[in-house]
Amino acid sequence: MAAAFPEPASPPRSSPEAAPIVEMRHIRVSFGGVHAVDDVSIDLREGEVIGLVGGNGAGKSTLMKALSGAHPPNAGQIIIDGKAVTIGNPRDAKLYNIETIYQNLALADNIDAPANVFLGRELTTVWGTMDDGAMEDATRRLMARLNPNFKRFAQPVKSLSGGQRQAVAIARAVHFNARILIMDEPTAALGPAETAQVRDLVRQLKNEGIGIFLISHDIHDVFDLSDRISVMYHGRLVATVTKDDVTADDVLGMIILGKAPGEVSRKELEGLKMPGELPSEVTS
Amino acid sequence: MADVTTTPDQVIANRGFSFRNALTAAEIDLRLLGMLLALAAILFGFNVLSGGTFLRPTNMATLAVQATGVAVLATGMVLVIVARNIDLSVGSVVGVIAMTYALLMTDWLPTFLGINSEFPFRWLIALGLGVAVGAVIGAVQGFIIAYVGVPSFVVTLGGLLSLRGVVWVMSQGAAVTGMDPTFQLMGGSAQGSIGGTLTWAAAAVGCLAVIGLLLYNRRQRRRFGFPLRPTWAELALGAVGCLAIIGLAAFANASYWPPGAATRYAQEHGIAEPAGGLKIPVGLPWPVVILIAVTVLMAFLATRRRFGRYVYAYGGNPEAAELAGINTRWTLLKIYVLMGVLCAVSAAIATARLNGATLDVGQSYELYVIAAAVVGGTSFAGGIGTIPGAVLGAFVMQALAYGLAYMGYNSPIQNIVAGVVLILAVGFDAYNRRRGGGS
Repeated sequence: MAAAFPEPASPPRSSPEAAPIVEMRHIRVSFGGVHAVDDVSIDLREGEVIGLVGGNGAGKSTLMKALSGAHPPNAGQIIIDGKAVTIGNPRDAKLYNIETIYQNLALADNIDAPANVFLGRELTTVWGTMDDGAMEDATRRLMARLNPNFKRFAQPVKSLSGGQRQAVAIARAVHFNARILIMDEPTAALGPAETAQVRDLVRQLKNEGIGIFLISHDIHDVFDLSDRISVMYHGRLVATVTKDDVTADDVLGMIILGKAPGEVSRKELEGLKMPGELPSEVTS
Repeated sequence: MADVTTTPDQVIANRGFSFRNALTAAEIDLRLLGMLLALAAILFGFNVLSGGTFLRPTNMATLAVQATGVAVLATGMVLVIVARNIDLSVGSVVGVIAMTYALLMTDWLPTFLGINSEFPFRWLIALGLGVAVGAVIGAVQGFIIAYVGVPSFVVTLGGLLSLRGVVWVMSQGAAVTGMDPTFQLMGGSAQGSIGGTLTWAAAAVGCLAVIGLLLYNRRQRRRFGFPLRPTWAELALGAVGCLAIIGLAAFANASYWPPGAATRYAQEHGIAEPAGGLKIPVGLPWPVVILIAVTVLMAFLATRRRFGRYVYAYGGNPEAAELAGINTRWTLLKIYVLMGVLCAVSAAIATARLNGATLDVGQSYELYVIAAAVVGGTSFAGGIGTIPGAVLGAFVMQALAYGLAYMGYNSPIQNIVAGVVLILAVGFDAYNRRRGGGS
C-alpha cells in the first residue's frame, strides 16, 4: 500500500499545453426527460484546480456524479489519459483513481472512522478476515496530518463533530492515491479554522499533482484556489475561464445571467449592481 | 504515533474509580451484560417461585433445546433487520425444509436414489439437500428483493403464505414420520447429547478460545501501539469467561441418563451395573452444540468478514454504502441465502425432535425470531444489532415461556407476557439510548 501523500520530486505545473487527465465531452444527464446536465464539456489537467460554480440546480453536482459513477451519464464521453472509458458505478470510478468527497459526506454513521475510511476497500489478513488493526493504524496516521485533534477512532462517526466527520470523508478520498479528486462543497459545514485547514489541504494536494474539481458556493474559495473556473447555468456550461483573466464580478455575472462576460450588455451589468443584489465584499 | 501514549490506567485514574468505569475499561458491552443479568433474574425468579426445582439441569437442558430453533434463525434475522429489511417467511421455509427432510428419509432417498436405511451418512445427504433447498429459496426471495426491487415485507409475506401451502402439497396433508436414528440425534434427547467426556473437551476448547482471543487482541493492539486494556481487566475477563464455560459444562454433566436407558446401555455393552444404577452424564445436547457453532460462525461473519461490514454499513447509510463501491444488491441477496441455510439448520433440529414433520413445523416462527432479535437489541432503523444479543434475546423469551409453563400457566398467558416483555424491552432500550445519547 502506498503512502497517503506521495511527495513528487518536482511538483508538476499545470500548463495549458499539458494533456488533460480527464475530459468530459458533451455530457448529458437526464431525470425523466429533464436535462439536469445538457451537452457539457469540461477537462482537467494534472495539478489543476477547476472551480465549478453556478446557482442551485445548475447541474454542478450532477455533472460530477456522472464522473464519480453515482449517476452515470445518459450521453457523452468520458476520456481518461486519452482513452474513452465507461464509468457505470462508483467502483469503476475508483478503478480510475477518481475519488469524491460528497456534500453530505456519505458516511455510514453507525460504524467507526477506520471502517468508513476503508469502506469497500478493507485491508484483510492472510486468512481473509478484516485487519482492523492495520486500518486503524493507517487512519491514525492520516488523521495526524488532516486533523491532529482527532482521537475518537473506535466510536461510531455519528458521535463526531461536523469538522471531524469532514476529516473522515477527506481521509477516505486522499488515502487511495487519488489522481482526480471531486470536492462537493467541502467547506459548507465548517467553521473558519477548519475551512482554512481544508484550503491548505487543497493546495497541498494540488502540489502533489492531483487534479481537483472544486464545487463551491463560496466565491472566495473559488478565486483563492482555482486555476480555471467553469460556470454552469440551468444544466448548461456557460464558459470555462482562466481565473487570472476575470474578476469576481465577471464570474458572478456569469452565475446569475448565464452568459459569458463578452455577451453581457452594459445594461445587464448595471442591473446586477442594484443595492442588495450582491454581497458587498464581492462587488467592492 | 506520539498521540496515543496515554495508558488506560491513567485514563481510569483521571475518571476516578467506579464500577461503571471498570466495566468501560474492560470494554464490556453493557447492553449484553444487562441482558445476561435479566436472563439470570428470570431463571432465579422462577426457581424461587417453584420452590427450587426450576433450575435443575434437565429442565435447563429442555429450555435450551427449545430455544435453539428460534435462536439459530435469530442470528440471521439480525443481519436482515440490520440491513433495513425483514424476513417474514422463515417459519414457512422451515416448514418446507422439515417436510423435505421427512420425505427424503421415508420416501425420496430410497425410491429415487436407492439410498435405503443401511446407506452410511444418509443423515448427511438429507441435511445437505435441505441446506440446498434453503439456499435456493433464499436466493429466489433475495433476488426479487435486491434486483427486482420488490419490498422485502411483500416478498417474504408472499413466501410465508405460499410456502406453507407448499408444505401441504408436498405431503398431501399428511404428517410424515420415521427419521434416520443418526439424524434424530440433532433433536437432543438424553441420547442426542454429546456425553460427559466430549462436554469437558468442548469446555476446554472454549476456554482455550477465550484465552487465545484475548491474547490475539492484545498482541494486535501492541503491534500498532494502541491503548491496551488494563492487565487486571484482561485477567478478569479470561477468568470469568473460563469459569462460565466450565460451570456450564459441569451443569450439563450434572444430569444423567434416565435409569431405564442407562440399564439398557449397560446390558448392551456388557457393563456390570453398580448399585444405584449406572450414572451416565448427559452433557450438552446436540442442538445446543449446533447453536453454539452457528453463533460463533455468524458472529465471525458479522464482525470479521467484509460481508458483515457491508451489511452494517448498508444498514447505517445505504447510499453511502453504494457510493463507497459496495455491491449492495449482491450483499442483500447473500443475506437471504444465509437466512435460507439457517432455516435448514433450524428445520433439522425440529424434524429430529419430532422424528418427522407435521404440517405446522415452524408455524409462527417468524414472530418469535423477530421478537428475539428485537429484544436482543436489534433496531428497525437499521445498522444496529449483534448476533450474541439476538441469541440471548431468544433465550430470554424462551425462559419466560418455559418458566410460565412450568408454573402451570397456559399459552395465552405466556403470549400476553411475551408481548408485554417485547414492548418493555424495546421501550427501555429507546429510553436508555435517548438518555445516554450513545449506544
